This record gives sequence, C-alpha cells and structure tokens, in this order.
Amino acid sequence: MGKTFAEKILAERAGLKEVVPGEIVMVRPDHLLSHDNTAPIIAKIEDELDEYGIVDKDFPVIVLDHVVPAVDEKTASNHKKIREFVKKHGIKNFFDVGAGICHQVLFEKGFALPGTLILGSDSHTCSQGALGAFASGIDRTEAASLLLTGETWLKVPQSIKITLRGEIVPPVSSKDVILHIIGDIGAAGANYCAVEYHGDLEQLSVSDRFTIANMGVEMGAKISVFPIDDVALKFLGRLGVKDPSYKEVWSDPDANYSRKLTYDLTGIAPVVARPHSVDNVCPVTELDGLKIDQCFIGTCTNGRLEDLLVAAEILKGKSVASDVRLLVLPASKEVFEAALRENIIYTLSNAGAVILPPGCGPCLGAHQGVLAPSERCLSTANRNFKGRMGCREAEIYLASPATVAASAIYGKITDPREVIEK
Amino acid sequence: MKVWRYGDNINTDMLFPGKYTYTCSTPEEINPHILEDLDPSFAKEVSEGDIILAGKNFGCGSSREQPVVGLKAVGVRAVIAESFARIFYRSAINQGLILIECPRAVRAYSEGDTVELNMEKGEIAVAEKLFSFPKLPPEILAIRDAGGLVAYTRAKLRKKKGKKGG
Repeated sequence: MGKTFAEKILAERAGLKEVVPGEIVMVRPDHLLSHDNTAPIIAKIEDELDEYGIVDKDFPVIVLDHVVPAVDEKTASNHKKIREFVKKHGIKNFFDVGAGICHQVLFEKGFALPGTLILGSDSHTCSQGALGAFASGIDRTEAASLLLTGETWLKVPQSIKITLRGEIVPPVSSKDVILHIIGDIGAAGANYCAVEYHGDLEQLSVSDRFTIANMGVEMGAKISVFPIDDVALKFLGRLGVKDPSYKEVWSDPDANYSRKLTYDLTGIAPVVARPHSVDNVCPVTELDGLKIDQCFIGTCTNGRLEDLLVAAEILKGKSVASDVRLLVLPASKEVFEAALRENIIYTLSNAGAVILPPGCGPCLGAHQGVLAPSERCLSTANRNFKGRMGCREAEIYLASPATVAASAIYGKITDPREVIEK
Repeated sequence: MKVWRYGDNINTDMLFPGKYTYTCSTPEEINPHILEDLDPSFAKEVSEGDIILAGKNFGCGSSREQPVVGLKAVGVRAVIAESFARIFYRSAINQGLILIECPRAVRAYSEGDTVELNMEKGEIAVAEKLFSFPKLPPEILAIRDAGGLVAYTRAKLRKKKGKKGG
C-alpha cells in the first residue's frame, strides 16, 4: 500500500520505516515560528532559559506582526522583551516591526522549503503547505517547550485527497475556490486531517496555493499541502533556492485516504462567507446590494502582490464610495515595495484606499480598523467569527480581493464580474 | 456543580476575544473575559468542578491558549464535546485541562440532567445513563499528569542534566 505525504514525512522525521494514521511519533521540526506571542511564550520558561538556553539559535523564526507598531505601553513592552530575548540568546532569524506577516515572511525568506517540518504558535502556520512543507499550528506552551528541547510529539493524521479539475475563470480566484470547499465540507470537515491537493494545479500560482493552504485550518486541517511542480520550482528559483537544499516529498498514487473529493473549478462563481462562521458560504449574487461600511484587503490570506494588483485593476480610475472605508494592508515589506514600484499603491490610494503598514492589522481586532456596533465589513481575511474585528455587534463577510475591490466602489456587496464587464 | 451546554463550532474568539490576546496572559487577566462573546454570564457564575458540554468542533479557530488557561483556572473539571478542533485539543493536554470526546453522552443530555465523570473507569453518567470513553495514549497522559507541558519539559531537562552528571 502506498503512503500519503503526511505518512512519508512523519516516518522520515521519526526515523521509522513506516507510520500509520493514529500513531504518535516524536519529531524535531526544522523551525519554530512565533510572533508577538513570543513574549508570553518566554515568560513561561524564564528560569529554564537561564539555566539551559535555547536548543538552537537558528531554530526559532520570530516575526513581530500582530500588533505593529505597538498600540499601547503593554504591547510596546512585549515587543521590547522580545528584542532583548533575541539579543541575549543570539537568535538569528528575527524580523522586527514592518517586515510583514509572519507566514508571508517565513515563505519569502525561504524558511519553509519543500519537505521541511515547521511548527508555529499561530493557527495559520498551515499556509506553508503551499510549497510542500509539513506545517502546522501549536499553542504558546508547546512553543515554549520546543524552544528548550526542539522536540515534540505528533499524531500521524488521516489524509483527505482533494482533486481540483477544470479552469478558474477570472475574476473568480483561489479565494473563491477555498471558500467554496469550506462551504461544502464544513468548518470541521477536515478535523485532525492532512489535506492534499491534486489535479489541474498548474493554473494556480504559488500565491494562489498559499491562499488555499492558509485556510486549511478553517476546515480543521492539521496541514494543507501542494505538490512541487514547475510552478513551485520556478518560484523557488526566484527565491534563490536550488536543489539539493530541499527534499521533495509527495504521496504515492495508491496511498490510502479517509476521503476523496473532486471539485469542478469551471463551475465555481464568486462567493462570500457570511457571519459568523467561515463555512456559511453563498454566491455573491445572493448578497448583491448589501450595504457595507468597511472594506479590507490584506492579511496572510490575501495581502500579496497579486491580490493588490487585482484590486488596483478594478479600482483604477474609479473611486471608493463616499460612505465606505477601504483599508489596504500589504502582507510584507517586500510586497509593499513591489506594489510601490508597480504603481499599485498609488492607484489604490488615488481611488480612496487607506494604506496601512505591513502586518496583521485589522484582522484580529486588536488595533487598526476596529468596527463599531452594527457595522458591516467585507474582508479578504480568513475569519469572520463574532467579535473577531474587535466588536461583538459587528458583522464580517469574507470574499476575494476582486469582490472586495468591486464592492468598495459601490459601498455594497457587488459581483466583481459586473464591474469588470462594465 | 453546574453543567454549561453550548452548541457546534464554538471558536476561540467566542471563548476569549482576540482583542485581548496581546494584553492578557495570566489567569487573573484572562478569567474576567473567559467566554465573554459566547456567554457573558459564564465568567460571573462558573464555579470549581463545573462541566461544559458542547457540540462539534469545540475550540476551532486561533491557536491562542487563553481559552484553555482560563477554563482550567476558573475550575472547569472537564469539557465534554462531540468533537474538538486539533490545536485546542493539544493545548488542553499542555495545560492539563481534561477534554473528553464523547458524542453519545452529549446527545443524551437534556437540560437539568446530572452529569458525573469517572476518570478512573473512563465513564460519563448522564442522568444515570453510562457512556464510556477511551483513555489517552500513555505518551499524552504523561504530559497531562505531570501538570502540563511546561512541568513535563522541566522534569525532562532536569533528568537529562542529572544523567550527564550535572
């Protein structure tokens, strides 16, 4: 019997000939990702850090992104503690305020290569499956233990095979694809499972794959992973990564899956996830004309250059409606600078967008773009949970960058196909 | 002892709002906000030994651990659900909070029923009807029984250092 991606990589990491779903294995990840939550992580193990130090200076990757720049004394003090910790322990991979969102930075800087094992104290760590990494989220306590020992346990997951067939027709995008899938299988549809993507993948850029892998956790997945093909190899080449610095791992054709699903991409229309759960998905046409107060383009899901470009193409020469706010947040400094060079930032700003510094921004409701009671936000983020953007009485709708940009023009939810045809 | 009954897909933003995640880390800071956007009465009325019964996918969403730390600190004896989200499940092991996946027990419950837990036998009694649940693997029980992962790792590091002749 063949093996899945997860079974192969975990067997190799555990030094075993083979593993089966349900088995518990001890592994040593390549990197541990943490962000602003590094401060509470190290606070748990102050004495142990003094006594034993960290396991390896190259192991942690720390990116300040969640509340940047600091919003108050408490967040500023947290950032300060993290900088002192980095200095004291000689941590090599530290990215300060302004570098971007941790998942984007990890990806751009070549930390999450094919076949690597990444754990991170952030649920969207699964994004790194876009480039064939086994990447999964853990809590702060586990991150603390990993900093000291470099080792943890993982349960070998069952795997789900999702095959994508047919052609995506713009302005339909990878965001519509993943929202459609989550709407179909539900918020717990892939609980504890590894999700593998197969099929007509060459049409998906690495950025598209990132969007899809990023939202794996919104259906409960442990990891979400794509194979390494020409598209991925070209991207790795641009990052300056060459064989044999990474190892491709992929499932066997006769691997055993707990579930197999096939989606026809040709039939997918622009969709929206309604409040207050990500699987509450409907076609954008069902919500046509619904008044919105804020539009948000950014986050680890949809804050890359391609996303900003799609928005700029729709908004070029047009204006954001006077009764709506459009917030744009590039996912990283690299994305921001590329968007500056390509005049995308000017186009968006000229149309009425407010450009925010690279980081997580309004997504988690801790600062920037917090909503007022009864307000509605249409966002490219990955979560629309009640209270997510800082206000329990506000509503969050999730959509693609094209849908958000088109809707910003009218101040109401709008099918991007209508705007492009006009 | 009170039983708190909640539905499906209770996410970590409902259990502990994201806006507090970078300002609240200790139980004293977390407890007043625990379950704030799900059930504002919970933090005021919960007491030691209470049990939470919930539907599918309890704890989905963010990797923030304040929900687990808070539920443990306010004295919740166990969360019994139809299923749990995986990061939340790991986090509960790491904090020593008892989670039990037992869909039949959850579905058997009606308001006002008593719920009793026998960890030794691996049994839940709902209005005197018995439901059994499997024990955790020994590797995982060792973490939970050590009082959580930090205590477990601390002991492991000391032992290692001791062996080296310290």
